[in-house]
Amino acid sequence: MSTLNGKIALVTGSSRGIGRAIAERLARDGAQVVVHYGSNETAAKETVAAIEAAGGKAFAIGAELGVPGDVDTVLKGLDDHGVDRLDILVNNAGGGSQQTIEEATPEEFDRTFALNVKAPFFLTQRLLPRLNDGGHIINISSGAARFAMPQIIAYSASKGALDVFGHTLAKHLGPRRITVNTVHPGFISTDMNAELLDDPQFGDMARALTAFGEIGKPADVADAVAFLASDDSRWVTGSIIDVSGGIAL
Amino acid sequence: MGQLTGRIALVTGGSRGIGRGIAERLARDGAQVIVHYGSNEAAAKETVAAIDAGGGTAFALRAELGVPGDADTVLDGLREHGVDRLDVLVNNAGILIPGEFAETTAADFDRQIAINVKAPFFLIQRLLPLIPDGGRIINISSVLTRIAGSSLTYALSKGAVDVLSHTLAKHLGPRGITVNTVHPGIVPTDINADLLADENYAAQARQRVALGRFGEPADIADAVAFLASHDSRWITGSKIDTTGGTAL
Repeated sequence: MSTLNGKIALVTGSSRGIGRAIAERLARDGAQVVVHYGSNETAAKETVAAIEAAGGKAFAIGAELGVPGDVDTVLKGLDDHGVDRLDILVNNAGGGSQQTIEEATPEEFDRTFALNVKAPFFLTQRLLPRLNDGGHIINISSGAARFAMPQIIAYSASKGALDVFGHTLAKHLGPRRITVNTVHPGFISTDMNAELLDDPQFGDMARALTAFGEIGKPADVADAVAFLASDDSRWVTGSIIDVSGGIAL
Repeated sequence: MGQLTGRIALVTGGSRGIGRGIAERLARDGAQVIVHYGSNEAAAKETVAAIDAGGGTAFALRAELGVPGDADTVLDGLREHGVDRLDVLVNNAGILIPGEFAETTAADFDRQIAINVKAPFFLIQRLLPLIPDGGRIINISSVLTRIAGSSLTYALSKGAVDVLSHTLAKHLGPRGITVNTVHPGIVPTDINADLLADENYAAQARQRVALGRFGEPADIADAVAFLASHDSRWITGSKIDTTGGTAL
């Protein structure tokens, strides 16, 4: 099904993990995908190659997020490739603090918020003029914004900020028929949380919390994002979609 | 080939309004659709005819909900048509009896709870043996569980549906059956025609929608189609607000 033919999508942090799965899925649906990466150029090239091998269209742009000038770098990357319009923006890049409140430092806190909140905030601000009416903004937050994960409290709080950014922006962009929605993945096996999930105790706890008794895969999340990027979701905005396999129900 | 080819779906209250939109969409996606209706046989036949005309497969099944024996009637109807498996169950049928809190009678209260909560509760209970592992249950709730409106009994009945859903999702997780709710906002249909006839009310309500219009049955149906599809496999016990951004 090629529901996104002729559309252009930017997926931040899409060289690996959930972002890569989103990029691959949107490309499979027909979108031209801009694969943004922060530092791992090799992984980004692999993602682009995988998309092309499947008959899709994509290119990579590198820009470290959460540092001064980050948005300029992304815009320059788009300009270099002649991309002046966007239909879909997926703010997926994220990461940061895996610390309890006792362990947390101001530096790690700032880094986490810079990457998870400030970067998508100003990236969205600067990309708005290029975003077509009727477009879609999808923010990848975290189930940790709903269920308590004291192990990563600053990360969770940053995702809470992203959630409120999402529904507030949805109201603001309604007149342009741009939808803004948030996805809450649960425990998904990726590089970012490999250390946590490989810990047998944590892994067992995570599985037990999930209605399905399993850890999710990046494609499980990507397939929900594809819905939010499609016309089928036109009446969904300012909303949060929990894609956690039923965690802590 | 549609994403639901080979699947069987039952949509309660599928003869009109949002339910009809859902029935038509699921049929377009390839499912064989059972169009349940309470009383309006002509409307049900029209829905089935529209699905047939679109190249889909459907039949109508009559059962008044919210009365003793309602689930039996549904099961008998399925049996008569040789349906012994149900991949997708959409509990859409509902009733809204307008009236302020002070005017609400016990009879009106009971009737809304019977149709909106008790009927889906026992329909799910009785249909569960027919739902295969990996099946889908989708309950149509309402934005009124999130924002305050005037139809108090209707709203609280939908609150009960929400809790039924996420609790059931946990229970059915081991079988890979997902249970989710869809929360439509205002979609002009028979159920709210009286309310929307008040122009002041309608204008104020429209102003609360970020996307600036009322919903249409297809807006809701397309979100339900996602929940009925494989793409939604990692979503359960969840709600999808399908309101065009109402009261954000």
